[in-house]
Amino acid sequence: MISIRVNNEPRQCDPNLSLECLLAFWGFESTQIAVAVNESFVPRSRYSDCHLENGDRVEVLAPVQGG
Amino acid sequence: MTTDKWELYGQTFASRLLIGSALYPSPAVMNAAIEDSGAEIVTVSLRRQSPQQGGGSQFWQFLKELNKTLLPNTAGCHSAKEAITLAEMSRELFETDWLKLEVVGDDYNLQPDPYGTVEAAEALIKRGFKVFPYCIDDLVVCQRLRDVGCEVIMPWGSPIGTGRGLMNPYALQTLRQRLPEVALIVDAGIGKPSHAVQALELGYDGVLLNTAVAQADNPQLMAEAFRDAVRCGRNAYLAGAMPERQTASPSTPTLGTPFWHQQ
Repeated sequence: MISIRVNNEPRQCDPNLSLECLLAFWGFESTQIAVAVNESFVPRSRYSDCHLENGDRVEVLAPVQGG
Repeated sequence: MTTDKWELYGQTFASRLLIGSALYPSPAVMNAAIEDSGAEIVTVSLRRQSPQQGGGSQFWQFLKELNKTLLPNTAGCHSAKEAITLAEMSRELFETDWLKLEVVGDDYNLQPDPYGTVEAAEALIKRGFKVFPYCIDDLVVCQRLRDVGCEVIMPWGSPIGTGRGLMNPYALQTLRQRLPEVALIVDAGIGKPSHAVQALELGYDGVLLNTAVAQADNPQLMAEAFRDAVRCGRNAYLAGAMPERQTASPSTPTLGTPFWHQQ
């Protein structure tokens, strides 16, 4: 298991699982989120071959009101 | 009523009001106010969400019902790098290459960072974005933004959420005179419809506002007031205001003035 942060919350995860599996496991619906790892954008098409490393910071963002 | 239209990155619009989607008392009031404003372009954003919050799906549903052109922002970003990453995320999620670029330089008055804004604008335009930079009203900064490819520039009227109107009409007028080829939109600081009228009278192509409508006692009625204000200001600009004079000049004919006697 590795230690990562998702939206600044600490989490443990299996490094063998892809980002796609992890997002589903965490309960995110992939069509309504956008993801960055370590402040770099990860396109939806790359979720399946993206694997996290210890210390990675994941941002999972969704649409909100804005000015 | 005039039927003049305007173009933003090749898309044609009738309304010169761009409106934000934040701070309304409820989603229903938001939808009604935006509808009544006549605005065709609505700003949105991205934030951290937990799955328990539905991943933004409810708001996404409200946006779909609105059926407006979306302009995602990069509010809260403090560097060009952050803004570029958030822009890429917005493009994927909102399926648009339009972007309201915000790079905050100072947390106290939310003043845009001119250096980070120009840096991010240049990088984003190279990546195919249509950038609407929120910036200060400095001529040289705006010239740089134009030079890197911004067809639209959005100087502030006054700091976000202050409602203080056009703090520096001279600077805004200078931008209008010196950047005739750029679509200029006053963004931020508009508090009252009269501020919007003033911006349009100066020759600004549009205004972008949020708090003034969302935080009004009656957002729907204020949305209507702003809808009329942008038309009013635009028509006044097109009509051409009379020049100011130093001294009085009677409007009623002086010939045949009653009770007049040669002394």
